[in-house]
Amino acid sequence: MKSIVAQELVKSYGKRAVKALDGLSLDVEEGTVLGLLGPNGSGKTTTVRVLATLLIPDSGSATVAGIDVLKHPDEVRKVIGLSGQYAALDETLTGWDNLTMFGRLYHLNSTAAKKRAEELLEKFSLTDAARRPIRTYSGGMRRRLDLAASLIVKPKVLFLDEPTTGLDPRGRMEMWGVIDELVKGGVTLLLTTQYLEEADQLADSIAVIDSGKVIARGTADELKNQVGGERLEITVEANQITEATRLVEQVAGATPSVDLGIRKISAPVSNGSASLIQVLRLLDEAKIHPLDIGLKRPSLDDVFISLTGHVAEVVIEPELGGKSAAKRK
Amino acid sequence: MLQSVSDFLVITKRQLLQMIRIPEVLIFATIQPAMFVLLFRFVFGGAIDSGVKGGYVQLLMPGIFVQTVAFTLAATAVGLAADMQKGLIDRFRSLPISRSAVVIGRTVGDTLQNVVTLIVMGLVGFLVGWRPSSGPVKIFFGFLFLLAFGYSMSWIGVIIGLSVREERVAQNLVFMTVFPLTFLSNAFAPTTGMPKILQYFAEWNPVSTMVAACRELFGTENIFGATANSWPSQNPILMSLIYMFLLVAIFAPISVRKYVRVSK
Repeated sequence: MKSIVAQELVKSYGKRAVKALDGLSLDVEEGTVLGLLGPNGSGKTTTVRVLATLLIPDSGSATVAGIDVLKHPDEVRKVIGLSGQYAALDETLTGWDNLTMFGRLYHLNSTAAKKRAEELLEKFSLTDAARRPIRTYSGGMRRRLDLAASLIVKPKVLFLDEPTTGLDPRGRMEMWGVIDELVKGGVTLLLTTQYLEEADQLADSIAVIDSGKVIARGTADELKNQVGGERLEITVEANQITEATRLVEQVAGATPSVDLGIRKISAPVSNGSASLIQVLRLLDEAKIHPLDIGLKRPSLDDVFISLTGHVAEVVIEPELGGKSAAKRK
Repeated sequence: MLQSVSDFLVITKRQLLQMIRIPEVLIFATIQPAMFVLLFRFVFGGAIDSGVKGGYVQLLMPGIFVQTVAFTLAATAVGLAADMQKGLIDRFRSLPISRSAVVIGRTVGDTLQNVVTLIVMGLVGFLVGWRPSSGPVKIFFGFLFLLAFGYSMSWIGVIIGLSVREERVAQNLVFMTVFPLTFLSNAFAPTTGMPKILQYFAEWNPVSTMVAACRELFGTENIFGATANSWPSQNPILMSLIYMFLLVAIFAPISVRKYVRVSK
């Protein structure tokens, strides 16, 4: 069963008539994770906002957990959790205050709200910080609390909009761990990210989005295969490049590309590890000792470039107001 | 219905919690009007020949009370703009709560802050010679009037806060509009000195009708008003009630509508 279905969503912003969504369609199978991958300004946040009932599209339709988003937004709100791009919490209040407040707003009674707050603080390793105001929290802690707030009543469908943007590597790893746990619990998750690595790590399937449209869909592996298979890459001393290139060509059966600057030779290969061993043996016989050698699978970066013709540039999304764009690593 | 009430109470409670968690905010919000009381009392009090029993401070206090509660608009606008900016409004909008809970909760919360502020100001006023002479019932109604006016102004703040979306813009905008409004009135000086056209404006100004109403309720003759002999200056209590009713009747529905459709 599909937990999220969006059909032909169109949304323009203001007088500029910038189409944030330009006929976007997607669906997510129940209990799976869809990674919505794209650069800033591609329409990821707008998609989430439409599905989470915050924004009414100009046209198109959508259902979440089988409920029509446009016709019954109140019903949708009961079954979703949303954690936005920046922690949407009351900074002046403590973690505890925030969670109990949201608990009450999800219509738990006072006792239940407190109990749930306790559980969630425990689960997200925030018990020690529970009585401190949010403004004293680190970025990672804020995100965890924000995520906790979206899980107060176990949502059927969870939306995470760039859950790790702006976090340091450690914060990101922690967040990945937390999300992984959630996914094992069986929630349907729509996750947006501009980190290609993140989509690869967390999502069952990926939708690549550019200029308000889904331009490719598949698992990480499928997308990588679209770009091509594995490549053999070796780096050698400058005076050995010609000889090494000839040997690589012999194994790969295709003309390798050579980057003289970094002395790197690379060529597509069909039978990865066998080719690697073969090349190593030939190089050894020719008394060439590679400085570096390996098989490289195409990264999602490569996928993005081959699909859109440009790299996943980071631009400041117009609808974000004052927030500065996070750097892509 | 019961659910909606509980929803807005949670939002109001959040604001009361904020007061407890960061008492500085409330302290500064209270010190400022208290300082105004002292400044006006001692700087202008000597210069303005009030001609009322008990001196200028009797006329001043209703003026400063009204100015302070008029600024509830600012508290509401800035608070909501900050919530917008931080994405908190989005989170609230994604929750299964009544569509009016957040804005009602906010306006009620800001009004409760006024209770504290008015108590402190009243005490400071008393210390520097303010002696309302109309008896406890009328004095009580005077304060109730002030809270009601603050509450009505708060609804304009909702619209401003949800429209500008940035704390600092909200702050500048409301100060630019509310300050002139409170000074183009009978709050601090007689309107007699103003050009005729401004006199009419000043006397129709809701701030003036409120000040005049409060002076009446606190038992001081309003010698600063009624120079242009306009209807509102003759019937300040009725006119103020009409203004308050209009403010809420017009701006509350627009606010809720705005909240429902607002999106960053």
